[in-house]
Amino acid sequence: MATIWIDGVSYEADPSRNLLAVILELGFDLPYFCWHPALGSIGACRQCAITQFRGEDDHQGQVVMACMTPAAEGARVSIDHASAATLRKSVIEWLMVSHPHDCPVCDEGGECHLQDMTVMAGHTYRRSRLPKRTYISQDLGPLIGHEMNRCIQCYRCVRFYREYAGGHDLQAMGTRDRIYFGRYQDGPLESEFAGNLVEICPTGVFTDKTQARHYTRKWDLQTAPSICTHCGVGCNINPGERYGALRRVRARYHGAVNGYFLCDRGRYGYEFESSDRRIRVPLAPRGEQNQAEELSVQAAVTRVAKILTSSRRVIGVGSPRATIESNYALQRLVGADGFFHAACAEEHRSSLAALDALREGPSRSPALREIERCDAVVVLGEDLTQSAPMMALAIRQAALAIPRSVAERQGIPPWHDAAIRESVQSARGPVFLLSPAPTKLDDLATRVYRKTPRAIAAAGQAIARALDPQVPALAGDEMDRAGIEEIARALTVAERPLVVAGSGTASEAVINAAANLAWATSAAREDDRAAELAYALPWANSAGLSLLGGAPLDEALAAAERGEVDAAIILESDLDRIAGPGPAERFLGQVRHAVVLDHIAHPTAARADVVLPAATFAEGHGHLVNSEGRAQRQMAVFSPDEPIRESWRWLREAMMLAGYDEADSWTGAEAIAEAAARDHPALARLPDAQLSADFRLGGAKVARAPHRYSGRAAAKLHLNVLEPTPPRDNDSPLEFSMEGSPVLPPGKIETTFWAPGWSSPQALTRFQEEIDGPLRGGDPGVRLIEPAGEPFAYRDVALSAPSPELAPTPVVAAFGSEELSALAPGIAALAPRAFLELNPRDAASLGLADDDVVSVRARGASARLSVRLEPGRAQGTAGIPLGLEDIPVALSFAGELITGS
Amino acid sequence: MAALSSAERAEIDAEIAILPDARSASIEALKTVQRHRRWIDDDALGAVAEYLDLSKHELEAIASFYNLLFRKPVGRHVVLVCDSVSCWILGNEAVKQALEDSLGAAFGEVTRDDRFTALPMQCLGACDRGPALMIDEDLHGPVQPADVSELLRRYP
Ligand code: SF4
Ligand code: SF4
Ligand code: FES
Repeated sequence: MATIWIDGVSYEADPSRNLLAVILELGFDLPYFCWHPALGSIGACRQCAITQFRGEDDHQGQVVMACMTPAAEGARVSIDHASAATLRKSVIEWLMVSHPHDCPVCDEGGECHLQDMTVMAGHTYRRSRLPKRTYISQDLGPLIGHEMNRCIQCYRCVRFYREYAGGHDLQAMGTRDRIYFGRYQDGPLESEFAGNLVEICPTGVFTDKTQARHYTRKWDLQTAPSICTHCGVGCNINPGERYGALRRVRARYHGAVNGYFLCDRGRYGYEFESSDRRIRVPLAPRGEQNQAEELSVQAAVTRVAKILTSSRRVIGVGSPRATIESNYALQRLVGADGFFHAACAEEHRSSLAALDALREGPSRSPALREIERCDAVVVLGEDLTQSAPMMALAIRQAALAIPRSVAERQGIPPWHDAAIRESVQSARGPVFLLSPAPTKLDDLATRVYRKTPRAIAAAGQAIARALDPQVPALAGDEMDRAGIEEIARALTVAERPLVVAGSGTASEAVINAAANLAWATSAAREDDRAAELAYALPWANSAGLSLLGGAPLDEALAAAERGEVDAAIILESDLDRIAGPGPAERFLGQVRHAVVLDHIAHPTAARADVVLPAATFAEGHGHLVNSEGRAQRQMAVFSPDEPIRESWRWLREAMMLAGYDEADSWTGAEAIAEAAARDHPALARLPDAQLSADFRLGGAKVARAPHRYSGRAAAKLHLNVLEPTPPRDNDSPLEFSMEGSPVLPPGKIETTFWAPGWSSPQALTRFQEEIDGPLRGGDPGVRLIEPAGEPFAYRDVALSAPSPELAPTPVVAAFGSEELSALAPGIAALAPRAFLELNPRDAASLGLADDDVVSVRARGASARLSVRLEPGRAQGTAGIPLGLEDIPVALSFAGELITGS
Repeated sequence: MAALSSAERAEIDAEIAILPDARSASIEALKTVQRHRRWIDDDALGAVAEYLDLSKHELEAIASFYNLLFRKPVGRHVVLVCDSVSCWILGNEAVKQALEDSLGAAFGEVTRDDRFTALPMQCLGACDRGPALMIDEDLHGPVQPADVSELLRRYP
């Protein structure tokens, strides 16, 4: 620790930091624009000026940029000194010369860093009478608005977009006072991370176009800590609600998981919540004369209870996108033997194998921000940018770990982004990618191998064997010796090697080979440490569902086929989407009764006896377990209209009526979570993921809405002149109100992230224990899975027999493959159309050309797809998009091409 | 005229050969195309981007940064008039006016006979010879307003 003086008072400071970070951390106000904790310092905006003195007797000092000055031992600086304060005031005045001053109509208004800094720097009067330079803004697609006139040239946008996220189509154009941040021409931004510009840009240049359609200012939003529901990464989010509907989703800082950012699937997928396919009342879709009939709560629950009591064998189909609580309730209802997963056999096996591998071996699953620090990466099969976008973003940072450490050895401080980039240039890696088709990480890879999933598993095993001869040999490895040795060496010499795989290749063999590769690393390393092992699982709760146990959907279908099922309770899933309309219809015909609980209508729900309206992630409480094995709590953002409620509450009511006594004890969200934790040792720590409902601050709960929240009395005036009492929340320490404890709560249950003088997302520095560190009072969530360590037995990599047929290989799309986000109009507009992707040589040997239409079949499902040629695709694979409308998931995993006739 | 000619490609290849990667050759590649075509139209920009395996967005960021890379049509001869403070003190305003009058075209425009485009330039580094201007590769100065039309005549 170094001692530094700020305006005559001494403080302890970490000398490896810059003065801006230290000053903010100490709670001072100092305006800045170009610095961002994730991007580092470039000293471009000149806003963070302070005066530095040579010693105690120097009273004149010189102006320096705080963000470019180390907190060196003995440093004496002043924030208040006139020369720095005057410069800061002038800088903001220059930056504002051409600013349109259109705050009242700007979507950033009220949470604008530029507003905050203008006030903080003391620029209160506009003296310039010069004409303002103006720009024509661009149409950047369905998700992001663009108003270039508001720009203050801080360069944060392009630094994030190009350098941090690897995008190419956002650039700084022009020079001098005519710098333009945009694309070559109008068109949707291509990066899956473009939405972060909304939060990175300190002013209203980039804004959320989805929010603009149902705009609400920050101070009028109700918010609660939540978890993204659109993939297995489990990023933390702050959804905002007003008038009973979500208005937007913002990144919620988590020191170990997603940091400051989100992917666009996670940011913009939320609009499914107000899709016209929402189910809002209980239904009997096949009522009188097959007409859908609305049911009262009581009638619906009675019908379900009757189905339960009158059916001999009831099975449950659990959902990887539903919470632990809802899946647990269903599992208790139907028993462990009757509990199935709404997942194809391939996906089911991959998820189970991944969890077993993380529990049985010596390799630890890293959190996202630990992935950022890994310094050698091997990815087996997965197209991470599409299947687990934020994991890909973390690997992009990992690719800089070695080049950055070289720069640091040259004496460059880690925060000095300008100098680091100068030193790093285009150096990246080592990162090795083995995949069936081109990915958006290829640009940073040391080497890229295109292989079939089968060959990827074989290659993974061969590299593992090069590290440890104990690893069983496999036939079918086509990888060259030099390649194998290069990767093996990289894993051996790295500080923190990492192996990544996922369920995106539909291959359990790839999952197991990845585990063997990570484990075998320990045999070759001097420190005996195994590489870290990260899996990308497809759904928000794939890991949680796998921890509960259960068989794949295919087995449920087979049981029904054998006539062994009288009734099926289907939780938050569309079986048509997974198995295809044919098999789903057959299944629902074979079971005498079916009950569906979901938030969106789909063909499976249309065939059920009873459909119950389930709460979305924003309307209810529950836990999810992410791919890392971290249990995280979603808190209800708002209380939905009656009778919408969490699926487990519906199940509980029906169970109580049908005489399942244990459901009695599930009196609230915490009670059922505790029950699950008691029943499943793997979930024992579930209740520790968040503060409990009896947490109070000065005797009060924490408000979900900011104290400036307006119009509560008026919001429902058209229904009743009496202001309704706000709904009660017995399940969390939060209140559905702007009234709550005046004390700043611990970061993990903070809702608004607002501090005096700081109304933008930059207020976050006030809620972190240290800049870029955990939230004050600790990050939420709890890791459920830790490695068993030694000894371990290598996993069996069972390769399918080589076949002359093309191997069906899922093509995951960040926009389109996930069921719920695909219902959001902005995401839907960017989703690909159905296709069948082939290597041109495979196509030629099948006599197929671009745009030819081919039938694909699997397990009773089929689709007709038009051919798209991709020279980069591995020969021997047929790429079939995953989860798109009209392509049942089974086809992407197991589809067989019907050619010829 | 979109695709790069073999002469253009040969010149660009020569640059790539002495640089660490194709990306580093982007400025020289744009200059090459401009030498052959006077200015860089959208198609030419696209062709260079493709040739260097850069996105058009990245190349436009470079092209729009350098004011001697022309993204709009220019005449056969480009007249760069020094617009710095020294030349201004020495009376470049009258020179600029004389130039516009003789050309019959404003700064940035192409004369009707396609011969000239005049552009203000900051700065030619010829303060000792101000007011200065440059036509193609030739520096002229000090220039008096009365000299301008005679000067232009030398560039047919
Ligand atoms: S667009 Fe925003 S982030 Fe980009 S330079 Fe301008 S103000 Fe900064
Ligand atoms: S990476 Fe996954 S969890 Fe994170 S924001 Fe994107 S979809 Fe959501
Ligand atoms: S924040 Fe320090 S110069 Fe921009």
